[in-house]
Amino acid sequence: MTRIMKAALIVLAAAAALPGAAQDVAPDALVRNVTLEVVDLISKDKDIKAGSRARLVSVIETRVLPHFNFTAMTALAMGQNWAKATPEQRKQLIEQFRTLLVRTYASALAAYSEQKFDFRPLRAKSTDTDVTVNVRVLQAGAQPVTLDYSMEKTANGWKVYDVMVGGVSLVANYRTEFANTVRASGVDGLIRDLEKKNKSLEKK
Amino acid sequence: MRVPLMCLALVCGCASVEGERDPRDPWEGFNRGVYRFNETFDEYVAQPVARTYVAVLHQEIRIRVGNFFSNIQDLLIGANNLLQGKFEDGVNDFARFAFNSTIGLLGIHDVASDFPGLEKHNEDFGQTLGRWGASPGPYLILPFLGSSTVRDAAGTAVDWMVQPVGEVRPIALRNTLYGLYFVDTRAQLLDASRILEEAALDKYVFQRDAYLQRRRSLIYDGRPPREKLE
Repeated sequence: MTRIMKAALIVLAAAAALPGAAQDVAPDALVRNVTLEVVDLISKDKDIKAGSRARLVSVIETRVLPHFNFTAMTALAMGQNWAKATPEQRKQLIEQFRTLLVRTYASALAAYSEQKFDFRPLRAKSTDTDVTVNVRVLQAGAQPVTLDYSMEKTANGWKVYDVMVGGVSLVANYRTEFANTVRASGVDGLIRDLEKKNKSLEKK
Repeated sequence: MRVPLMCLALVCGCASVEGERDPRDPWEGFNRGVYRFNETFDEYVAQPVARTYVAVLHQEIRIRVGNFFSNIQDLLIGANNLLQGKFEDGVNDFARFAFNSTIGLLGIHDVASDFPGLEKHNEDFGQTLGRWGASPGPYLILPFLGSSTVRDAAGTAVDWMVQPVGEVRPIALRNTLYGLYFVDTRAQLLDASRILEEAALDKYVFQRDAYLQRRRSLIYDGRPPREKLE
């Protein structure tokens, strides 16, 4: 490899790490970069290793959240009921759902222990605007756990709108729960339930 | 066994269900009864035992125990792959069993996973029935075993009848292996059940939907036809 090519690669790699350049990063590269960055951070962070949930949540909020589209996730989880919600209700739903997912994600990350990742090659055309990025978490003596990120291309780069863990879509899984609650106690009832859930997790 | 089951049926008779019925879960009242029974058993027996198991045995040893049972299961997994017409996968599963039982010292070392193409699969007779075109039927919660469907419960029964640990003698050793198997399985799920606890608004619904999604995905070996969410 010539020296110029090497330099070009280093510049490219650096550009990929800059948040400002997120628009240009391919979805599979984005997932790989963020995953490795976060795993590296948590394996080095003393507070997280000591069990600090607050520190873990802050890492997720700064490193992971910018790549998620919570409006789309909440709308999908609400299904037909999304149309019934007022703008103010929507704002609250997004906020509460976001908080719940961050906490869940933090719990999942807290259980992480040095597993290896297998980033699968992207099976999509370069013109696609809606793709699934497949990652496998390898563990000895067990079948790999699959993580499938559904991603959509936006003006601000690729954004995740659903995560499937072992074939279970997070968004789809909240659908029945949300629909049941809205049927029983309305959109406000659902907001109340989410708030209550988040409060109870805060105490832990 | 018969008496507790009858008590269970009585408990379930009183369980009421709010709102509309989910078409996938027509027996929700009964299921919620069994679910409560399982939760209680889990809280007071299975989880404390699993926690003690994790606290007492070093992780390295627990991994060996898990590998031992996982190795035996490879036989069933291989048979199910053959039944589903996936010959290459089936042969690989038997190769895994051969490697791990010998070089891997009765399966306690998963040496096969280090070979390219010999990774672990996930198959059971419920999935085979699904491959053959059987629909899941109503959702069903089994006492002690948890989430299932009519199809998967039939599959579990067949898998259980043909699994080789049942042939182990003396009986005391066989029973010890069964006990160890259940404790090890529960211990491996401790993290997952904590995450479920935190994520769900209604654990029963969350667990049911996750189970049904998971099984559908497994039947298609992780590549189910994509269902676009609206």
